[in-house]
Amino acid sequence: MTDAMPAFSLLHPETLDDALLALSTTAESRALAGGTDLIVNMRRGLVEAPKLVSLARVPELQRFETTENGLVLGAGVTLADIADSTLVREYYPALAQAAESVAGHTHRQVATLGGNLCQDTRCLYYNQSHWLRKSNDFCLKYRGEICHVAPRGKRCRAAYCGDIAPALLVHDAELTLAGPEGTRQLKLRDFFNEDGAQSTRLKPQEIIVSVLLRAPRGKSAYGKIRQRGAIDFPLAGVAVLADSRKQQTAFTIALTGTNSCPILLNNLPSLGGPAEADGYFNALSKTVQKSVSPQRTTTIAAHYRRLSIAALAARLARQLWEEGRP
Amino acid sequence: MKRILNLKINGTACEDAVADNMLLIDYLRDQKGLTGTKQGCDGGECGACTVLVDGKPRLACVTLAHDCAGTEIETIEGQQRNGRLSALQRAFHENLGTQCGFCTPGMIIAAEALLRRNPDPDDDAIKRALGGNLCRCTGYIKIIRSVRAAAAMMARDAA
Repeated sequence: MTDAMPAFSLLHPETLDDALLALSTTAESRALAGGTDLIVNMRRGLVEAPKLVSLARVPELQRFETTENGLVLGAGVTLADIADSTLVREYYPALAQAAESVAGHTHRQVATLGGNLCQDTRCLYYNQSHWLRKSNDFCLKYRGEICHVAPRGKRCRAAYCGDIAPALLVHDAELTLAGPEGTRQLKLRDFFNEDGAQSTRLKPQEIIVSVLLRAPRGKSAYGKIRQRGAIDFPLAGVAVLADSRKQQTAFTIALTGTNSCPILLNNLPSLGGPAEADGYFNALSKTVQKSVSPQRTTTIAAHYRRLSIAALAARLARQLWEEGRP
Repeated sequence: MKRILNLKINGTACEDAVADNMLLIDYLRDQKGLTGTKQGCDGGECGACTVLVDGKPRLACVTLAHDCAGTEIETIEGQQRNGRLSALQRAFHENLGTQCGFCTPGMIIAAEALLRRNPDPDDDAIKRALGGNLCRCTGYIKIIRSVRAAAAMMARDAA
């Protein structure tokens, strides 16, 4: 029953510099955070890495502090700590709700912020045993030449299923990345690629060091649809930020689970008064439907996921708008 | 490559030569003979392999043994005290919280972690804490009842 664990060496650097050095000395080395994604994939034969560099003992990745720029969260902060933080719950509720909705209680004790952002995309034809994938001639994402989801397509359609990214996107989070070429800042909205085989723009051996959240511009919320109430990845996930000023409410929406990267909708028209509300939220739902392209990457029909993500987005937006009305 | 791993298991200090790629579950079951920790899905989805690492629940099938160096691990075998079952073990026994028994060690360990941080959980808190543990006999009602009974038992014992 056990999928054999491939051989690798494991390092436990205790500073960020040592971690970056350890990563850069072997081309195929991989950073290991909580392991809830990477270890499972290694056992399924989806990742080969002769060297794993555990980031668990790097203090620079554990920051959780308020600075003059905003809240800084180290990439190694666990989802349990984020979900339990009163500060996050009050100012960035979508983030706390998203963190709390990831997997199960036990996973969240070790799963990290950075690990969740970088989690591998998922597909019915990919997250399977070696035996099943081999009998299918593998797939475009790994070792194969055809995408079984879209056989005529040229790119992998595996779905990005991270819950944290949309919550951070509506709050316009900024990342600090570090790698062999030094440190750089990047807006989270520029971090992802619409490609299931390579969904982030991390360079080889580069890691996320921290996430910066500036003062919130409104109230936010996160909701997701999945088959069971725990553990499951989102079939569709939605984060909404509502910024109410006088009679106008501006919405920012971010979506996950439907495409190969999260999607940010930030040029949405504003909602004026209550008289416009019904029409506005109907139109919002249509906009969300048109913005996503779910594929046959799960056992749940793509069309159902398109309809449900739109309904969820409109419901969350209306809820925030109603709570924010004077 | 094997390296020396030092940790405590159920209160006993251990020093073993362990390969870098060895998972905690294989270390516990194959090297230490602690087969009470069950291997279910082997992919972090079922919770049968839940153990406590420094008091927090962890899935032994997605945890590398060397990541636990210097920690204190508690498994189902360490729950009894002087031959007497723990409150949770007794409650699962008395309330038929165990059916086929395969998920029970993971359930009891996850519930133990819950009761340590919240001695009087409501059903919702119990469901959330055990949300990552699957019972394929689907005996969830009796499992929740058992955890509630254990909490009451512990409150009585403490009074």
